Amino acid sequence: MEIKVILNHKPVTLVGEKDEFLADILRNHGRLSIRKGCNTACCGLCTVWLDGKPTLSCNILGIRAAGKEITTIEGIAQEAEEFAQVLVAEGAEQCGFCSPGFIMTVVAMKKELENPNEADIIHYLTGNLCRCTGYMGQLRAVKTYLGVK
Amino acid sequence: MFTLLDLVQPSTIDEAYQILMAKRNNTVLGGCAFLRLGSSRIGTGIELSNLSLQYIKEQEEYIEIGAMTTFRELETSPVLAQYFTGILPKAVSNIIGVQFRNVVTVGASVFSRYGFSDLITALLALDTEVELYKGGRMPLAEFLLRKYEKDLLTRIFIKKEGRIASYQHMRNSASDFPLVNVAVSCFGDQWRIVAGATPARAKIADKASLLLGRGGAIEDVVDVATQEIIFGSNARGTAEYRKAMSKVLIKRGIQEVLQWK
Amino acid sequence: MKIVGKGIGKIDGMAIATGKPVYTDDLVMPNALVIKLLRSPHAFAKIITIDTTKAEQVPGVACVLTYKDVPNVRFTVAGQSYPEPSPYDRLILEQIVRYVGDEVAVIAAVDERTALKAMKLIKVAYEVYEPVLDFETAKGHTSVVHTETDLHCNFDIGMKQQLNVVSSQYLEMGNVEEELKKCAVVVEDINYMQAQAHCMMETYRAFSYLDHAGRLVVVSSTQIPFHVRRKLARSLEIPSSKVRVIKPRIGGGFGGKQTVVMEFFTALVTLKTGKPAKLIYDREETFSCSNSRHAMRLTVRVGADSDGYIRAIDIQGLSDTGAYGEHASTVFMVVGQKTLPLYNKTNAVRFMGDVVYTNKMPGGAFRGYGATQGTFGLEAAINKLADKLNMDPTELRLKNLIKAGESSLISQGKLLGSSSLHRCIEKGKELIGWAEKYPKPVVNGNKVRAVGMAVTMQGSGIANIDTASAEVRLSDDGNYTLLIGSTDMGTGSDTILAQMAAEILETDMGKIIVNASDTDVSPYDPGSYASSTTYVTGMAVVKAAEELKQKIIEKGAAFLEVLATEVEFDGKVIRTLTGEKELSLEKLAERMVLGLGKLQLVGNGTYGSPVSPPPYVAGFAEVEVDTDTGKVSLIDYVAVVDCGTVINPNLARIQVEGGIVQGIGLALYEEVRFGKKGNLHTNSFMQYKIPCRKDIGRIHVAFEECFEPTGPFGAKSVGEVVANTPAPAIVHAVYNAVGVRINRLPITPEKVFLGLQDKK
Repeated sequence: MEIKVILNHKPVTLVGEKDEFLADILRNHGRLSIRKGCNTACCGLCTVWLDGKPTLSCNILGIRAAGKEITTIEGIAQEAEEFAQVLVAEGAEQCGFCSPGFIMTVVAMKKELENPNEADIIHYLTGNLCRCTGYMGQLRAVKTYLGVK
Repeated sequence: MFTLLDLVQPSTIDEAYQILMAKRNNTVLGGCAFLRLGSSRIGTGIELSNLSLQYIKEQEEYIEIGAMTTFRELETSPVLAQYFTGILPKAVSNIIGVQFRNVVTVGASVFSRYGFSDLITALLALDTEVELYKGGRMPLAEFLLRKYEKDLLTRIFIKKEGRIASYQHMRNSASDFPLVNVAVSCFGDQWRIVAGATPARAKIADKASLLLGRGGAIEDVVDVATQEIIFGSNARGTAEYRKAMSKVLIKRGIQEVLQWK
Repeated sequence: MKIVGKGIGKIDGMAIATGKPVYTDDLVMPNALVIKLLRSPHAFAKIITIDTTKAEQVPGVACVLTYKDVPNVRFTVAGQSYPEPSPYDRLILEQIVRYVGDEVAVIAAVDERTALKAMKLIKVAYEVYEPVLDFETAKGHTSVVHTETDLHCNFDIGMKQQLNVVSSQYLEMGNVEEELKKCAVVVEDINYMQAQAHCMMETYRAFSYLDHAGRLVVVSSTQIPFHVRRKLARSLEIPSSKVRVIKPRIGGGFGGKQTVVMEFFTALVTLKTGKPAKLIYDREETFSCSNSRHAMRLTVRVGADSDGYIRAIDIQGLSDTGAYGEHASTVFMVVGQKTLPLYNKTNAVRFMGDVVYTNKMPGGAFRGYGATQGTFGLEAAINKLADKLNMDPTELRLKNLIKAGESSLISQGKLLGSSSLHRCIEKGKELIGWAEKYPKPVVNGNKVRAVGMAVTMQGSGIANIDTASAEVRLSDDGNYTLLIGSTDMGTGSDTILAQMAAEILETDMGKIIVNASDTDVSPYDPGSYASSTTYVTGMAVVKAAEELKQKIIEKGAAFLEVLATEVEFDGKVIRTLTGEKELSLEKLAERMVLGLGKLQLVGNGTYGSPVSPPPYVAGFAEVEVDTDTGKVSLIDYVAVVDCGTVINPNLARIQVEGGIVQGIGLALYEEVRFGKKGNLHTNSFMQYKIPCRKDIGRIHVAFEECFEPTGPFGAKSVGEVVANTPAPAIVHAVYNAVGVRINRLPITPEKVFLGLQDKK
């Protein structure tokens, strides 16, 4: 089945089965930054933007994305690099496997929230699990990035 | 992981309903979050994205919410923040994460009548009606008690009657299923006490609600409520603990509502 | 120091943070076969018949393999140096299956859909046996988990196969029972720790192929490439010269990948079909078909004299190693090894107990490796003792803990090389506000706040066993290649080892190319486990860099026609002391590989230590208990760490924070539940709750540096010790708040609530 989408600002035709989810379809298409960390839509690793909103690509049927805008980390390369530099300077990316999904959520948060405080940030990022860092370093990096005290 | 033989995106609700009823294993695809956990063999999956059911509208008497509205839309809706002391955004805000809430839909959650649902408990404390394509419009309480019948849930309606409502829940990890949840609301002297995730689906404690409305003492109300609701044990907690926690949560809910009155 | 001690960003940080395709599943060739595994639905059974004919006929299926298709050679999957102290009790596929999820058949097909389709067509008839599911009744159970006559132990680990005992251990110094009788105060405590799951974000995966020389190449998300190679060779009966194991970037391990979990299957398929094959465990398989922390029961007695000196410690353990015995005896041994040295005013200490087989998923290596369980049991008893002695728990520690230069009953006369634990305790008290918060809990309606504490130790590498080699090569263009076999799983070990080399060679990080880890190329390294990388591999790197530096100086001096003592090297230039003549490093490098020098300069180092210098942590928890519901909220956690010299403060800090949150999960959230038939219920993130961002309070980390004479730049280790204090400290804090002592982890609101009810 062919699915026409806008992927990272470019019109693209994705290929997938009817019951295939976006995460697999995108990985097969070469978007290897998409990670699958669980079977139960709980970890946030597969986060992409669908029409600008952070969603779980493991849980979106390919067909549902038809005609929509999909953004992966490659599509926000500049913001991702900016934030990644802050993360790396903090030492806060460890194994990195949760990073792309995490960065997608952080940048979505930057766009969606105005002047978030620490509690707002923690709330927005709760759906992104991390087992390596203990979350504190990531929070420090996000606060630096957003200029939050 | 489910399998699909075919997938359609009908452009009218009637079309969607006809396809749904055509074969036993034709299924509506909501957010797919829970469908994905099972291994159903679906005949035709019916995708409702083209039915313009994703909205929250403030009408004259009601707030109308389309079935394809996501939990995140409930959470961030300025309309819902204004009404019912913001119980609906509060009820859904703890569920897993923002991304998950951008996927899960109101219609699928309500239709599936999950026991662990935070949303249903909160809705049941309000004057909520659901609209089914075949079954028609009916109070949520009635829908929850009905025998299962295949149908399409298209909209929910909540009466804008100035109800003050409090949501209380008990969870161990913040992003876990609730161990038990409670909603308490008041409109005038009409109180409503609801308990859900007991682990059964949400139910109104009618006697207790009446008693509270007639000025009953909170301790008595709480006792009556936890006698008319049936609690069960499962991995997350025993029946006794759920009962004890419901008492605490109902009390806190009543106190919070009284504070706001 | 210019580079060591600085919070330098990881050399692979940007790539992995921005999702570059550098992990196992990103590197596999597109036409690789996809493998799926058929697993046993029974906890204990024998395969009577297995019919794969229909499955094999499905178009696109390359092979379907069963126990009939594998060599009959037993091995252990434990990532340990040879000879492994783990029983050789495994076959790649066996006719007997020993836990729900144990592998029954290997299906390889062109894609996942086809493999799953074929899997459904395999017909298996089982003879079901009664499973052994409760580790407390496993010893002497009528069901014997391992009846095979070819089970082999490399040496005696105390196995009693017919009793389901993998390892029976007894270590006593002095006479514990006699000493306890003499004590003025004796307490006993019994505690249970659950089979915590690693939950690393990248699940187990590997792929394999045959290369241009017909060799089997396995690319795996593993911590132990050299051990993988050895075990593949043995179990598949091929020469190890025909096997190559490569470790790319990996997404976490925490010890789970210190076991050869699934590389056998891809290797088997590639050998049978000649084709590349990949296997990716999904999250459910990772939860239920790999390995976990060993669940244990710890019965601890401690006795003190009337002055508050701890004179006797008795730790009796029972460990559940599940269906197979990898890591069983060693994890258990560590329970005693990394607890008994702490309190050295003792006249008698004892560690004893059994590790038993059960029909559940095996226990394996998990950060802490027995010290976590031991610390939990011991510190709970010590806190109970403080209570009974009416002594401040921190005072009891300060009075009884070992200091640098001292020895303990089980240290075999070796003196402790370094410790700042006493300072850690003082600092921790300050940071958490111990003086204001202990012992009186702060009551605010139904919310009660109190503090608790615990201390712990670990090791740095395994003394006399862990040995690593490193090589630093000066390339033709004046850069350095650092070849190491250690396995950075996100910890940043590649980076800190480069820091060490750069410090010694007085160069910057950009000039060091790190190459790790590939069994064809890398110097031998056991892999990253036992907190060995900074300490053991680090010392090897230091030696290698120093050797190379010396050679640079000698060769440079020779070119300058002076003696080596007459030059100095500043990292860029070799210059005579008089300043008259100089030779740049680039020029030297160029000359050495060409006719002028005819000797490419290489520095080698091999290091293994006769000691395992312990890092220490003093952990302090402040909790708030809701007395209406029993819910425990973590307000603050302070960890003060002694890891010797801190090589990279940013990375070390994150190790501590990460370890603490894993410890918090162990203490408060991560519940393990099995069904009646031995199936794991908590096999998803939906059911097994690792802490999310809202589940932790503030975490404060501080380091009290000291200098470990045997470590690189004075460093010890930090990777494991950090997971051990939260559980006992939080249990202590809850007790101090509401008088409820939780003995079985995790602490759930219901358990606290029931405890409160019982007190009424």
